[in-house]
Amino acid sequence: MLDSNKDSLKLEAMKRIVAMIARGKNASDLFPAVVKNVACKNIEVKKLVYVYLVRYAEEQQDLALLSISTFQRGLKDPNQLIRASALRVLSSIRVTIIVPIMMLAIKEAASDMSPYVRKTAAHAIPKLHSLDPEQKDQLIEVIEKLLADKTTLVAGSVVMAFEEVCPDRIDLIHKNYRKLCNLLIDVEEWGQVVIINMLTRYARTQFLNPNVNESLLEESSEKAFYASDDEEDEDKKAEVTTLEKRKPYVMDPDHRLLLRNTKPLLQSRNAAVVMAVAQLYFHLAPKAEVGIIAKALGMFEPYLKSFYIRSTDPTQIKILKLEVLTNLANEANISTILREFQTYIKSMDKDFVAASIQAIGRCATNIGEVRDTCLNGLVQLLSNRDELVVAESVVVIKKLLQMQPEQHSDIIKHMAKLIDNIQVPMARASILWLIGEYCEHVPKIAPDVLRKMAKSFTNEEDIVKLQIINLAAKLYLTNSKQTKLLTQYVLNLAKYDQNYDIRDRARFIRQLIVPTDKSGALNKYAKKLFLALKPAPVLESPFKDRDHFQLGSLSHLLNAKAAGYQELPDWPESAPDPSVRNVEVIRLLERVTTLTSIPDWSKCSSRKDRKEKKVEKPFYSDSEGESGPTESADSGNSSASGSDESGSGSESEESREETESEEEEEDEEEEKKKRKKLDKTKAKKQAEESAESEQSSGAEDRKRGRKAVKNQKSASESESESESSESEDESEEESEEESESDTDVRKNKTPVSKQPPKQSKKESKKETQEMSLLDLDDFEPAPASAPVTPVNFLSSSLVSDLEGLSLTDTILAPTTIAPSGSIKMYELLHRITGEGLAVEYCFSRQPFSPDPNMVAVQIQFTNNTNSETKNLHIEDPRLQSGMRIREFAEIDVLAAGESVTVVMGIDFCDSTQAANFQLCTHTRKFFVSIQPPVGELMTPTFLTENNFKKEQGERTSAHSRFNTHSCPTDCSFSSKHLSFFSSYVVVSL
Amino acid sequence: MIHSLFLINNAGDLFLEKHWKSVISRSVCDYFFEAREKAVEPDNVPPVIRTPHHYLINIYREKIFFVSVIQTEVPPLFVIEFLHRVAETFQDYFGECSETTIKDNVVIVYELLEEMLDNGFPLATESNILKELIRPPTILRSMVNTITGSSNVGETLPTGQLSNIPWRRAGVKYTNNEAYFDVVEEIDAILDKSGTTVFAEIQGVIDACVKLSGMPDLTLSFMNPRLLDDVSFHPCVRYKRWESERVISFIPPDGNFQLMSYHISAQNLVAIPIYVKQNISFFETGSSGRLDIAVGPKQTMGKTVECLVVTVHMPKVVLSANLSATQGTYNYDPVTKILLWDIGKLNPQKLPNLKGSLSLQSGAPKPEENPSLNIDLKIQQLAISGLKVNRLDMYGEKYKPFKGVKYVTKAGKFQVRT
Repeated sequence: MLDSNKDSLKLEAMKRIVAMIARGKNASDLFPAVVKNVACKNIEVKKLVYVYLVRYAEEQQDLALLSISTFQRGLKDPNQLIRASALRVLSSIRVTIIVPIMMLAIKEAASDMSPYVRKTAAHAIPKLHSLDPEQKDQLIEVIEKLLADKTTLVAGSVVMAFEEVCPDRIDLIHKNYRKLCNLLIDVEEWGQVVIINMLTRYARTQFLNPNVNESLLEESSEKAFYASDDEEDEDKKAEVTTLEKRKPYVMDPDHRLLLRNTKPLLQSRNAAVVMAVAQLYFHLAPKAEVGIIAKALGMFEPYLKSFYIRSTDPTQIKILKLEVLTNLANEANISTILREFQTYIKSMDKDFVAASIQAIGRCATNIGEVRDTCLNGLVQLLSNRDELVVAESVVVIKKLLQMQPEQHSDIIKHMAKLIDNIQVPMARASILWLIGEYCEHVPKIAPDVLRKMAKSFTNEEDIVKLQIINLAAKLYLTNSKQTKLLTQYVLNLAKYDQNYDIRDRARFIRQLIVPTDKSGALNKYAKKLFLALKPAPVLESPFKDRDHFQLGSLSHLLNAKAAGYQELPDWPESAPDPSVRNVEVIRLLERVTTLTSIPDWSKCSSRKDRKEKKVEKPFYSDSEGESGPTESADSGNSSASGSDESGSGSESEESREETESEEEEEDEEEEKKKRKKLDKTKAKKQAEESAESEQSSGAEDRKRGRKAVKNQKSASESESESESSESEDESEEESEEESESDTDVRKNKTPVSKQPPKQSKKESKKETQEMSLLDLDDFEPAPASAPVTPVNFLSSSLVSDLEGLSLTDTILAPTTIAPSGSIKMYELLHRITGEGLAVEYCFSRQPFSPDPNMVAVQIQFTNNTNSETKNLHIEDPRLQSGMRIREFAEIDVLAAGESVTVVMGIDFCDSTQAANFQLCTHTRKFFVSIQPPVGELMTPTFLTENNFKKEQGERTSAHSRFNTHSCPTDCSFSSKHLSFFSSYVVVSL
Repeated sequence: MIHSLFLINNAGDLFLEKHWKSVISRSVCDYFFEAREKAVEPDNVPPVIRTPHHYLINIYREKIFFVSVIQTEVPPLFVIEFLHRVAETFQDYFGECSETTIKDNVVIVYELLEEMLDNGFPLATESNILKELIRPPTILRSMVNTITGSSNVGETLPTGQLSNIPWRRAGVKYTNNEAYFDVVEEIDAILDKSGTTVFAEIQGVIDACVKLSGMPDLTLSFMNPRLLDDVSFHPCVRYKRWESERVISFIPPDGNFQLMSYHISAQNLVAIPIYVKQNISFFETGSSGRLDIAVGPKQTMGKTVECLVVTVHMPKVVLSANLSATQGTYNYDPVTKILLWDIGKLNPQKLPNLKGSLSLQSGAPKPEENPSLNIDLKIQQLAISGLKVNRLDMYGEKYKPFKGVKYVTKAGKFQVRT
């Protein structure tokens, strides 16, 4: 059937084969026939062949190689699903020969356009690592790259890969830490679990113990275990977390960020996520926020009854609940709990009864007042018909009696009688030990018991035999007159016992107690040895001693280290440098510098930034962000050192809010260019109607304290935003205000509306166009930087050219960016980390004359110190192969308070790899890196208007396929004087 | 993470295996069978079993054991949650998750498992995404497929995968736009011998069936949201709006899903709809016992209690029961020792009663413990907590949807001690 031409027959055949595999039958004989079909057009057949291949490729390596070329072709397919599945199968085939091919495929996929393919690449990493651990170093590079990915889709998978391949490379996390924290809420639930667990470990290495001031003694491990074991505490914790912390210890704002961003996840439907957050709080939060572990009991007390046991609960649940109840027991509630226990003892489930008895024992030891009550209750149980119950009671009573034997000789006597009936070895042994230990209290009974035991010695279990010997020895020491012969007899029996432990013990005890001429000094101490006062046992929870494992882990559950378990490190003594995480913040802190100063938008983030933020923006987080940043700012300000970080954090979040509505308009902007003149009033009306949903939501969002959420946009769509032009900002600002005021009027009747789906551009096109009418209206009076004359333009680019050579002209520098209207500045070196030297850069989008393949990067140095900085230059560039850098000439002196602008050229080879180099002054060196956003990788070209239009027509059709892309602009359409447009065309993507 | 999955039925037959990494011999399940044997009841099988080289994490659902094989450290709850998600997906696809349906649809099951995990790490678990990748079977489609040879497998990446709302597929179209919500509350309670409430709480869920075109944005508000303090939500719900305004604002997935679940534990809030009077006694001599159970309405808020069933797990020594019921039918299974009394609708005028004698194994000692009664019941049109949906608003789409809310109260783990 597989050789048939018909797909339906092939499909039928494959279905049968897969059914065989599912049932675990061997279908490997069919390998040659199946592998032929790997290139089949029918996608279902293909998928099933993949299933087959992955299952049997390992066994038939040579034949499996036949299929490789198909996958290699699949990796180049325009359909992202096919690329991804080709990579999945290729990486799942465990054939060592293809390791290099896999490596290559993973590397390529890691820079794929589609986040889905990148996610698959992340999944492939551990596969390759397990196949060939020698690839580790290369794989770590890929992981590093993927960790920098901004999409939620990739985050979970790459952290998983990180955990499997290089969990110790905590340094890779630094730069991504804040991003991960912010992304967290939007990552799919499985990814959340992995990320939270990883971040828990990370935080343990990077932050100080928030409880460092507390006495460590307060931490009762046992109680702690329960503190997060059940969901009941979660909401409790959430409440507690809101409590303000007032301690001399100042929490790192990043630490706070993690705690804050994980909190909403307590509401997840996924128990694993809730548990992960619970353990995170348990391990990382200040005690005040965990509900003060020392008072963990208090935390659970209101929920005491949730742990009451039903007869239908599975045994392991019963035991756990019992454990919780026992731990919750205190003077106040013990009577209720004991009453509850009483019902349990009657249960039909005998294991559970046994556990209940132990629980009673533990309550009795912990709470002195009820000890007698418990003991009496247990003694009553001794007459129970069920032997297990009796045995368990005996064991527990033994332990309780040990605490105050004097008062309870009655009970001991009672128990001595029981020895005739009880058969459970543990119970017999316990009774014998009790009698031996307290033989003074029962001087008459003890020898008699020994007599009986001597008689049955040979039939006893080993533990009982040992206790008989023990009893004999003790009696011999206290009452040798009556028991000498018996003891001799027992020891003789033991001497020939099958068990060597017993033989040993007998020999040892004989030497110790029976005085002979040879026996040494020990003899004298025999009595002391045997009848020393023994400390009362502490009745411990069977769940004790596992607190050294990370809560919620498999190892913790099993109380044994599972393979691959990562130890949770102890808090560091002193905090490692918090600035290692700064890089990311610096990158987020991007500013738009515009010639026309626009106050509201001065902090507007870049296009690139917009893109990443769109993706990264958590579903809930705009509102989240609202409270978030302010909080962090507060805490930051309170801490002298951290203020700049948290400040910048909040700043970037604010700008995120602002970008929201901006984005909407970007699409419109494009449309704008196509339609030029339209009746204003009419347009406005229409727009009011049609754009209601979109506009109002944008404006209202901010109005309503940025609560509404609207990021239905797909990731791909947001990518497409990079098409949009730069000079929009001014017009955006205008239209923004306009729409805002519009909404103001309408606000009362307008319901909170949602932006309609914009998934498919074509669908929404009509609507968008209509909306652009409104914008156009706003747009016209917004020439802002528009009247840029060609002359001006040329001259300014000339300036930059010149600068590339001479780089001294600081005064002219700002004009170089004039034509582009607004270009955002990226921070290269923050003034704090740079010790007063602030460095910003931007992509000036001017041709870099010394080398047309290079991208011009304009760098602005500002000296914020009080002394001059000398010899500013670049050193030691570390570049990816193929990349080149053209340094700016050394700046000899930069006076205090001055700034200087230079231009350097970097050939990024069309990749988004960062260019790393050192920025040196006369005193220091700073490691910095410039990573170009995709949209900045371009060759500026000059086009005539007509050419531009032609080009534009072609480009728009391409939009649907390639999202990152060129776009015209600079010049507003209102200005007709322009003889040509500049257009930036992305060089081959 | 998750290395392999074995599905095992109650009889101990291993009927499906799937490996995401290299193949692990099914003999690893011997450790599971051993534990299964020891546990007697399927519920009592420890969820995590340790073997020399692997860890077996299992769940028991719909009479099937989902046994996963783990080799390295992983949060056990992660695996357990995932296995439940697998079972839910099967249920979603095939209507029920049973051995028969899984065997009948083994190819789809396999394709699903392939999509859900990659290298043991979850890949796509959202039902909306899976359904675009692999279309669920319908009779019509399977017929069409047989004739035309077209496939069940989607060819493009589901739109949701890349968006920020992965739970909803794009381009949804319905001629009838409807949104239905079921507020289902279960009462978990323990009543003691005298009928006083030892403990009671409500576990509530809101199940939704939303079939709306486009990208609707819904807001569900309650008359009395203060009742809810312990809640967990579907990922689509905007947590912050709940925090600040106590409304549930969300873009729903397409089709059936659980919107939220909640937990109300304050004892005074929990009304117990029925009372039970019971008297079960065993006699020291004569190997017999007596049983007398009567049920009546208590706080039913004027609604009728339906589907009332009383289940008693009798001690092992009870051989047979000779009873008479004034209403409904009873049945005693001497093998499982379960006495089941199906009452049906509770009639307040004529209270149902079950009375009679039990015969015990002769010579055996009388049971020490009286068996507790498990109650099952249902009350339509009532959420026992008093929770009420105020209104549902839709934004983002222009059409008018049909809306509906249904309330049901059921007994959860409702136990009467004797």
